[in-house]
Amino acid sequence: MITARRFFARSEPWVLAAIVILSLLIQARSGQFFTGNNLVDLARAFIVPGLLSIGCMMVIVSGGIDVSFTAVAALAMYITDKILLQSGYEGNVILAYAMSAGFGLLMGALNGFLIAFLRLPTLVVTLGTGSLFTGLMFGAFSASASDVPPAIVAHGKETLFTAVNSDLGLSSNMPSQILILVGMLFLAFLLLRYTMLGRGIYAIGGDEAAAERAGFNVRAIKMFLYCLVGVLAGITGISRISMMAYADPSTFQGMELTVIAAVVLGGTRVTGGLGTLTGTILGIALMMILANSLILIGIPTYWSRAFTGAVIIIGTGVTAHQIASTHRSQRDLKKT
Amino acid sequence: MKNEQAEVALPLIRRGRDQNLARLLVMLGVVFALMAVLRPEQFVTPANFGSMMRQFPEYGIMAIGVSLTMITGGIDLGVVGTANLSAILAAKLMFAAVPRGAPPEQALPYLALAVLVALACGLACGAFAGLLISRFEIPAILATLGTQQLYTGIAIGITNGRPQSGLPLLYSKIGNTEFFGLFPLSFLVFLVVAVGIAFLLSSSRFGMYLYMLGTNSKAALYAGLGNTSILIRTYMLSGLLSSVAGLIMMARANSAKAEYGAPYTLQCVLIAVLGGIDPSGGFGKIVGVTLAIFILQFLSSGLNMFNNISNFYRDVIWGGVLILVLVFNRLLSQRAERRAARRGE
Repeated sequence: MITARRFFARSEPWVLAAIVILSLLIQARSGQFFTGNNLVDLARAFIVPGLLSIGCMMVIVSGGIDVSFTAVAALAMYITDKILLQSGYEGNVILAYAMSAGFGLLMGALNGFLIAFLRLPTLVVTLGTGSLFTGLMFGAFSASASDVPPAIVAHGKETLFTAVNSDLGLSSNMPSQILILVGMLFLAFLLLRYTMLGRGIYAIGGDEAAAERAGFNVRAIKMFLYCLVGVLAGITGISRISMMAYADPSTFQGMELTVIAAVVLGGTRVTGGLGTLTGTILGIALMMILANSLILIGIPTYWSRAFTGAVIIIGTGVTAHQIASTHRSQRDLKKT
Repeated sequence: MKNEQAEVALPLIRRGRDQNLARLLVMLGVVFALMAVLRPEQFVTPANFGSMMRQFPEYGIMAIGVSLTMITGGIDLGVVGTANLSAILAAKLMFAAVPRGAPPEQALPYLALAVLVALACGLACGAFAGLLISRFEIPAILATLGTQQLYTGIAIGITNGRPQSGLPLLYSKIGNTEFFGLFPLSFLVFLVVAVGIAFLLSSSRFGMYLYMLGTNSKAALYAGLGNTSILIRTYMLSGLLSSVAGLIMMARANSAKAEYGAPYTLQCVLIAVLGGIDPSGGFGKIVGVTLAIFILQFLSSGLNMFNNISNFYRDVIWGGVLILVLVFNRLLSQRAERRAARRGE
């Protein structure tokens, strides 16, 4: 009985149920949801927000918030792209990933230093650094949509398989970048589940003072966390431009909100200490299905932004309400 | 009893405050002197001061709203969305009620009604955010990120993303009136707002509650303060100020648009932090915020006079200044703590 109650007090089953109902609804209205090419298209749209959500979720679990990761992703990929283009690089795409991750690491380290060592408030710091990075990209590098080196173009063309929809004569390629997402998810799973560092992220989100007294090095954990977000953002940047086959500096603008909303929707507690990768992935999946099917479920495109806002408010409201009621029921238990 | 405690605590706080104000005054002087030396023939002119007086009220008023919410320990990231939505509703009403070329005496009552609708919209937007934060206990950051999206989204939805231009002439005529041939109406509105809110914070019961709530919300609750109602009223006030800013923006641009003034959000947070509002709540004064607004306007107008500086550097400068101020304040408070600890031994 208790286990069932606990199961349904979590967000994941509800998000999963919403996904199933929504997809059945779309299938009933259009008949095109459960087709190979639609599912592959969804998976394709899923890769970039999915990669970004991993770091975002960990930051929220640690009790912070980061709104600069999209600016980091854009600047890291843009500098990498420019350097590789100017040097006429012909080699492997791995170097591009490594460079972009490196630039991401530097930017993440700046966030980490300000947050972990100077203990500045995370929102204000990342608002500031986000503006700084975006301004640098458009000001110092006068960024505009640009070509990408051949290695990245080739990487973008790698496909795992092709799904063909014979009814509509459409076909969609499953990009190889999905493997990067799967790999990163696996590493994040290992980190959060089996390492002291990962447990530390949960611990400082639950109660920072208690975590410090329990022997966690709070500063080091936070520093590591923001560096990790930077590295993931850098990797995401290259994945994105390889799939688009050109480097658009404004491609990430506004995506941070969708990702944060999805993470919170997936049951990550906004005040820290709770959250799962499964929930995050489900949250992103729900957001992507919603965004790709707004017209199918009868919402005109002009209203999509209002819709994102409503989802953020409802999603955070439901989780916040759940926390409040858990507190209340614990208090009631103590009384009896 | 209450007064005694306040007097004991006052000298410490007052010294900190005065130092902050002195720092801001020095900064203001330095920025002014720098611009006056580098661009004397452009910066120190009546024309420049006139245009600065028309520019800062719109974001200055929003910054005061954001500051109020930050004093309670929250933040309002929805001010720009509220401003635009209010302005668009007012514009829609004007289009619907005032025929083109209508004589002023026929248009005036509808313009007044449109202004009232905008202000009511601001209050409603703020009340909704306050409700989410106080009743549903959503952290202010997320709740107002959400309301910003929602309000901007509604504004896009009802206008299909198109700017609402061609307002009745009378509106921009009133909005751009200059008193004594010198002070634009928006500047006077800003003065009234700044003085009014400063008075509210320093001398009213509500102002004191704001500081108490921001210092320790649990203690405020146990002391019998109605936290929910105070928070809702604070966000309503922030929403009201945003709608005033929206009306000013609409008069200046002679149109309303859903995505107008997007960079103002960051700028408002920057102004509040620069002006000495503690992002974790409980501290800060409107005098400091006002000085910060002037510093920013001097910087911004001055930078405009350098042709080789791209507009995008403004993002770099705002972000950079925000972080430097945060770091500087942190280092100062750490030094003060260390001194206090030494004195304690």
